[in-house]
Amino acid sequence: MILVYAEHDRGELDPVTLQAISAAKALDADVQAVVVGHGAKDVAAELAAFGAVSVHVGNHPELLDFTPRAHARAVNALVTANSPRAVIAGGTPRGNEVLGHLAAMRDEPFASECVSIELASGDTAEIVRARWGGNLLDEATVTSSLLIATVQAHAFAATSADAPLSVSEFDVELADGDVLVRVEDRVGSSAGGVGLAEAKVVVSGGRGMDGPDAFVMLEEIAGVIGGAVGCSRVVTSAGWRPHAEQVGQTGTKVAPDLYLACGISGATQHIAGCKSAKTLIAINTDSQAPIMGFADYMVVDNVHTFLPLFIEKLKAASN
Amino acid sequence: MDIAVCIKRVPLLGSAIVLTADNMAIDTSKVGFGLSPHEECAVEAAVKLVEENGGSVTLINIGHIDGEEQIREQMAIGADRAILIDTNGAEPDPQAAATALADAISSDDTNFDLVLMGSESADYGGSQTGIRVAHKLGLPVVTSVKGLKIDSGIATCERAVGSTREVYTVPLPAVITVKDGLNIPRYASVPGRMKARKKPVDIKQVSFAGSRITTKQLVVPVQEAKGATNLGTGAEAADALVEVMKQIGVLS
Ligand SMILES: Cc1cc2nc3c(=O)[nH]c(=O)nc-3n(C[C@H](O)[C@H](O)[C@H](O)COP(=O)(O)OP(=O)(O)OC[C@H]3O[C@@H](n4cnc5c(N)ncnc54)[C@H](O)[C@@H]3O)c2cc1C
Ligand SMILES: Nc1ncnc2c1ncn2[C@@H]1O[C@H](COP(=O)(O)O)[C@@H](O)[C@H]1O
Repeated sequence: MILVYAEHDRGELDPVTLQAISAAKALDADVQAVVVGHGAKDVAAELAAFGAVSVHVGNHPELLDFTPRAHARAVNALVTANSPRAVIAGGTPRGNEVLGHLAAMRDEPFASECVSIELASGDTAEIVRARWGGNLLDEATVTSSLLIATVQAHAFAATSADAPLSVSEFDVELADGDVLVRVEDRVGSSAGGVGLAEAKVVVSGGRGMDGPDAFVMLEEIAGVIGGAVGCSRVVTSAGWRPHAEQVGQTGTKVAPDLYLACGISGATQHIAGCKSAKTLIAINTDSQAPIMGFADYMVVDNVHTFLPLFIEKLKAASN
Repeated sequence: MDIAVCIKRVPLLGSAIVLTADNMAIDTSKVGFGLSPHEECAVEAAVKLVEENGGSVTLINIGHIDGEEQIREQMAIGADRAILIDTNGAEPDPQAAATALADAISSDDTNFDLVLMGSESADYGGSQTGIRVAHKLGLPVVTSVKGLKIDSGIATCERAVGSTREVYTVPLPAVITVKDGLNIPRYASVPGRMKARKKPVDIKQVSFAGSRITTKQLVVPVQEAKGATNLGTGAEAADALVEVMKQIGVLS
């Protein structure tokens, strides 16, 4: 049996959980899901529709919003009771956090961000995990009778595999301090504009923009074609743009139809965030810049003289 | 407030990763070293908290003895002292690293109020060492923090989820793992660099238990060069770019 930790936000299932179920299904038909907290029952049907043959819903009056250690405690109880061969979750901040707690509670190894998992005979599993934000793959053997792993987002496709809905509820037994750290409030909201992660077009600037002022041009382009503005880390560390706009390994990962990179060199850590773009166009004075190796189209020119010309034509074309 | 910050020395990759001949490690003969941006933000946060509240910042690094260079760089922006755990070339996995970090923290003469770490290391990206350290020390842990305020012994932490932020509060002592974007790390000043040279670095030796996740080989995923079409320069390229945008359907 394989246990999948199902991640949800107040009853809304995280899509990477379905990818985790499909990854687990490829290893064993007996995939069971565990889901905890307020709204947990609401996601059971969807989990079954993707192949979870049994859904364990953990209840506790104190578990309403996300409570990482308590969730791990619930998973841990099921592991002790049912001895699954593996526990798998989505490679998201919450998925990694809950399985990190589980691994710490049991002092077991934890293979995060896997892109491939095979259960070998005995106590070993052959995995491939992403390092450096996916720029390097680590082919490794995990030795444990309980494999604890998360799957990197989008590494596995979620495929429906209708299982009849079977839900069982259980009371979560908490230990001291399990609810000390939990979501207590939410602040800020989706204030206008297109969210960077979901944007169809990302217009991104790097050091070549030479300061915050030239970003007005990128905002203008994004405004005309309905995209979001992104940037490199050089730009956020200089304080030219907010960190929320940073694309890359330690920023946001984007997968737009078009990524327009203006004055960005193409460091591996930046590419880690934009390599899923369908089309990448680079504007750079240097035709040998590394970004050109990832580009579909290049304009070898100075952003300060080229972008005003382009904006004029773009506006004319969109009228 | 006495703060420990766990930092890891990692190679600074350029535009391509080159592996050693046995495919077991990154070839670092031609690259420099640095820290993950997450950890740079952790040090900045610690230095700022101590500027405001008094106290001390202790850096803890497990790795190559040459990591002293990265330690001195962070001392130059204000960290006071450091513990360097020399692995003699070995690379501890997160379980072993957490054990050594927790031992260093609990056996130190300072009673730390706060342990700051990165949410994930730049190279390994295990996303777990902070949580393991917290369990070993019997402390609460908040992860992936992008906003941090401390008042009367309570840390208020924010974590980004989509376009909103979750708020957590936790009493100190605690472990908090942070993300790039928490702040903008300052640059070292010349006097800061001078002072850093004289700050104490305790060097320790630790032996590590064998890992239960063993690498067979590392692989750099092949990314075929797309052979970019050159649209030229100036007005001509501007016209061509508009055409391309129409073709790929982002401009109607
Ligand atoms: C662990 C780690 C994580 C990191 N995470 C990230 C991350 O998430 N995101 C990120 O972006 N970086 C990240 N970095 C930093 C990364 O390594 C690079 O330093 C950064 O991406 C470089 O930004 P850049 O391309 O804007 O600047 P540069 O590398 O300086 O490139 C500037 C480019 O602009 C071109 N140019 C200059 N002037 C003009 C002009 N007038 N017109 C047109 N072109 C011009 C130049 O030819 C050059 O190619 C990380 C680093 C580390 C160590
Ligand atoms: N060798 C090390 N020395 C010091 N700190 C470390 C080391 N390895 C990991 N850490 C800390 O643990 C965090 C998470 O690492 P990881 O679990 O590998 O993603 C890092 O950002 C560091 O703060």
